[in-house]
Amino acid sequence: MAEQSIISPENLVYKKTDVMTDRELHYCPGCGHGTAHRMLAEAIDELGIQSETIGVAPVGCSVLAYYYLNVDMQEAAHGRAPAVATGIKRVFPEKYVFTYQGDGDLAAIGTAETIHACNRGENILIVFINNGIYGMTGGQMAPTTLPGMKSSTCPMGRDVLTMGNPLKITELVAQLPGTYYVTRQSVHTPGNARKAKRAMKKALEYQKENKGACLVEVVSNCPSGWKMNPVDSNKWMEENMFPFYQLGDIKVPGKGLVSDGKNGS
Amino acid sequence: MAAKGDIIIDIERCKGCQVCLDACPKDVLEMSRKVNAKGYQYTVKVNSDCTGCANCAIVCPDAVISVYRVK
Repeated sequence: MAEQSIISPENLVYKKTDVMTDRELHYCPGCGHGTAHRMLAEAIDELGIQSETIGVAPVGCSVLAYYYLNVDMQEAAHGRAPAVATGIKRVFPEKYVFTYQGDGDLAAIGTAETIHACNRGENILIVFINNGIYGMTGGQMAPTTLPGMKSSTCPMGRDVLTMGNPLKITELVAQLPGTYYVTRQSVHTPGNARKAKRAMKKALEYQKENKGACLVEVVSNCPSGWKMNPVDSNKWMEENMFPFYQLGDIKVPGKGLVSDGKNGS
Repeated sequence: MAAKGDIIIDIERCKGCQVCLDACPKDVLEMSRKVNAKGYQYTVKVNSDCTGCANCAIVCPDAVISVYRVK
């Protein structure tokens, strides 16, 4: 069979979803944000809820998420995305509302908003991208930085005696009665990316049933902040991030907590 | 065996991160020797072993790859 005949509209099996705009992403080469955006967009596409979805963009690298996701978007002040999403969801209870936040936004300045929105059981989806660093501002230490991990503000590695312990906010909010589905995923391999998409899709479906807050954490890389090339940063993430931030469901509907996050810490 | 799949790479959007090279089970992809307008080396298809599994397209952060497969 000639190769030319393979490339025809009826043979198309994968292309960028229409829920992503055609604008070029500003993210660094190899950054997990692009894939995470697309998995969320594909989940929205597969559910056919593009016109009923409202997203809230954070402050951080993904501050420009509203350029890339082809749904109604609202920008929030730093860390306040869950509070803004609460308001949107209460005014439009029939819409699907999600926030898309990084670890500096969600786990540092926005800790209060995150915990209270989850505790109130707001029917929103929180997508949490955790790369253990403040990527946008130059790789400073974040609450999620691993012990011993180097960043521009802890060049000798994070010392837990003086700098405190990393915050596993996903396990923390899973303890709250208001959360319904809490899971940790990654998007660095095709299999993991597909799983992350399924998790986001599930969370959006639960939102229709008004079950409470859902949080999907995506452990991601930051090649620029970690000072590695993208392939090495994915390997480093597998070797160092995953033992501490273990992938998998943390709170599952019907079963409650399935992981206490204590393994591997 | 005739090729079952094929891909189209939007080379001007590619940032040369090489994540797709690891994802490809058939070693179909390699980096170009030339650079695109942004100055990045881009991914090119170097043989016809592509099965159209779409792994490369799924992990591509910039969604530059479209995948076709004979059904």
